[in-house]
Amino acid sequence: MNVKTLIPGNYGYFPEKFGEIWNQQIESILAEFSSGVEKVLKPGQDATDLPILYVKKAIAHSFLQTLKEKYNYSFLTDMTAVDEQNDPRFELVFHLMNPETKARIRIKVRLSENEKIGTFIPLWAGANWAEREIYDMFGISFEGHPDLRRILMDVRWEGHPLRKDYPLRGYQVFLNPEPIDPELLK
Amino acid sequence: MSKDGASDFFTTKLDHVVSWARKNSLFPLPFGTSCCGIELMSTLASGYDMARFGAEVVRFSPRQSDLLICAGIVNLKMAPILRNIYDQMADPKWVISMGACASSGGIFNVYSVTQGIDTVLPVDVYVPGCPPSPEGLLNALFRLQEMIARGETHSQNREKNLRNDSKRPASLGLEVGHER
Repeated sequence: MNVKTLIPGNYGYFPEKFGEIWNQQIESILAEFSSGVEKVLKPGQDATDLPILYVKKAIAHSFLQTLKEKYNYSFLTDMTAVDEQNDPRFELVFHLMNPETKARIRIKVRLSENEKIGTFIPLWAGANWAEREIYDMFGISFEGHPDLRRILMDVRWEGHPLRKDYPLRGYQVFLNPEPIDPELLK
Repeated sequence: MSKDGASDFFTTKLDHVVSWARKNSLFPLPFGTSCCGIELMSTLASGYDMARFGAEVVRFSPRQSDLLICAGIVNLKMAPILRNIYDQMADPKWVISMGACASSGGIFNVYSVTQGIDTVLPVDVYVPGCPPSPEGLLNALFRLQEMIARGETHSQNREKNLRNDSKRPASLGLEVGHER
């Protein structure tokens, strides 16, 4: 069975289709941000389906803005985080897509514990709830976010459940429904 | 007596008549939170047609219904809301716990999921399955109807206790749930 035929080509997982585009783009990106890119993983060479660019926190915003405006990766598919239990502890993950070529790319920003990063809402308005979810699940704070509060868990919840040190069965039972902030009803 | 001499009446106990009326006119409240809710809709629709057995009028207000069908996973955040809905229903009221998630938490033994709705409210009939087939839910309905006819449900037991122990301070028997 040829596994490659099972991968849908329209969704940007084709090294054959996008390999040259990615190589050219990564070369020009590295020329522009040579000092800010820590590591580059490419499909075909490394165990990944998409190119992964590890970017330093200091240039993350200008880097993503360049990808969005110059290389037309204008669609923020997903924004999430991973608790790697390394030093630095967290990885902020961005999945971007170019709606014209349908090529995808993955950007990672490493953050240590209690480290803050500026909000990405000026670039993508859709980052609002994604950042709230990252804050809820991992406890990563975004400076400049207009409404950074929990989105999934109860507001009385202690801890951040997707951190690896949170116990899997760490139930927190509340007998009353979640209190509503009266400011939100105005 | 009618003209041909046959008797037009029969004697029974009032409780039996009331139970017979109750079991054949259940008003379900569909608390469908996930895929079990799809099977619940299928059971209510024309293919399986729960209306044939009296559970015809689906009400979305707890004030107007007497059978809570909890179909699907109940998160810890949802559990107080479910309890609130149960408290708002008027007695006599019955609960069917449909599916593995509602009955025991199912595969989701994690920080965010209630490990069975019987930790927050009394359940009369459990339906196993993930999700249960419509036949399973219909079987649970028949089982509940038998229990109502015999007066064995939690709600009717509470009613009996109140009647028998009128001198004692009324305990509604709502202290349910078991330690896990």
